[in-house]
Amino acid sequence: MPKRAQHASSGEESDRAAWLGLLSRADPPLLEERLKAAKEALGGLPNWRWLRPPETGSVMLRGRIGGTGAPFNLGEMTVTRCTLSLEAGAVGHAMVPGRDRSHAERVALLDALMQDDTARKTLRQTLIDPLRQAERETATKRAGRAAATKVDFFTMVRGENT
Amino acid sequence: MTADGAIFEGGFESPALQAAAAFRAGLEALARPGAVEEIAGCTPPDGLSVAAVALLLSLADADTPLWLPEASDEALEAWLLFHCGAPRTWSRGTASFAVGSWQALMPLTDWAAGTPDYPDRSATLIVELDAMEGGPPLALSGPGIPKEKRIAPALPLDAAEALAANAARFPLGVDLYLTVGERAMGLPRTTRVHRV
Repeated sequence: MPKRAQHASSGEESDRAAWLGLLSRADPPLLEERLKAAKEALGGLPNWRWLRPPETGSVMLRGRIGGTGAPFNLGEMTVTRCTLSLEAGAVGHAMVPGRDRSHAERVALLDALMQDDTARKTLRQTLIDPLRQAERETATKRAGRAAATKVDFFTMVRGENT
Repeated sequence: MTADGAIFEGGFESPALQAAAAFRAGLEALARPGAVEEIAGCTPPDGLSVAAVALLLSLADADTPLWLPEASDEALEAWLLFHCGAPRTWSRGTASFAVGSWQALMPLTDWAAGTPDYPDRSATLIVELDAMEGGPPLALSGPGIPKEKRIAPALPLDAAEALAANAARFPLGVDLYLTVGERAMGLPRTTRVHRV
């Protein structure tokens, strides 16, 4: 059975998946702000054109109860996707939650830029790392709030018949 | 991914309107078997007709495995994956849609024909032809056809038997679209086909 050609080593591919996930989850105003900083660090952004302008639709989220349950349809989620290409030829994709077209545009643009080795180094410093840091802080804060309400149950020794 | 530009080009120019128009034309074609519908408005990739691609763009998605002839190149597969989201399948029995020449799609019994409980779980075949006229004449009858309709698409002589056998399996069977350029004709499983 013929298989689709592997266009990147698996490490590179999971790396791309990681930054795509991080960028699309990022808070849109924060991403916009970091992109401005990155633009200065890069000395401007290259020209690009749409291959698929942003379009909003819904995707079915599937879930699984426990590790062994059968998958079920959890519900639909609104997403916006787009694809663009840089003048240099790199193609960037984006699929972001919600209906924010400009957020999708920024994610796709960054995805395309991140494929360039020199730009990637700058972007990692000015954009990816701060976003990852922000995400970690949010997660820690939320975990802290949840931990404050934690109740420890323990079983007292009951007066069993002895 | 390096940009192979052609993969991302083409498709509907204004997806919302043209996909709706193509969907309507696809419905009309199945509702009036043997009538020729114009399905235009999209730029197809190399190797497929406008009508076939417009039907796929309006019908196929990530949940509908698509079968392509073995010889189809990866660029075509990638084009359809980007524009329709439909994954390519190599097993004929699991395909929801299949595109190819009549010879490539034969025998019709290879394809999912549904089950008695779910006859809708069947394949839809898009048959790419050279011409809508000039082939062996066929007489169609059945739902959507007043009395009888004569057509003569460029199908081989034994196509009538295969189509009649497909109709005889009703409610199971596959539904077909015949496509030439910007024209499509529906031949659902309800249509009885006779050689004239």
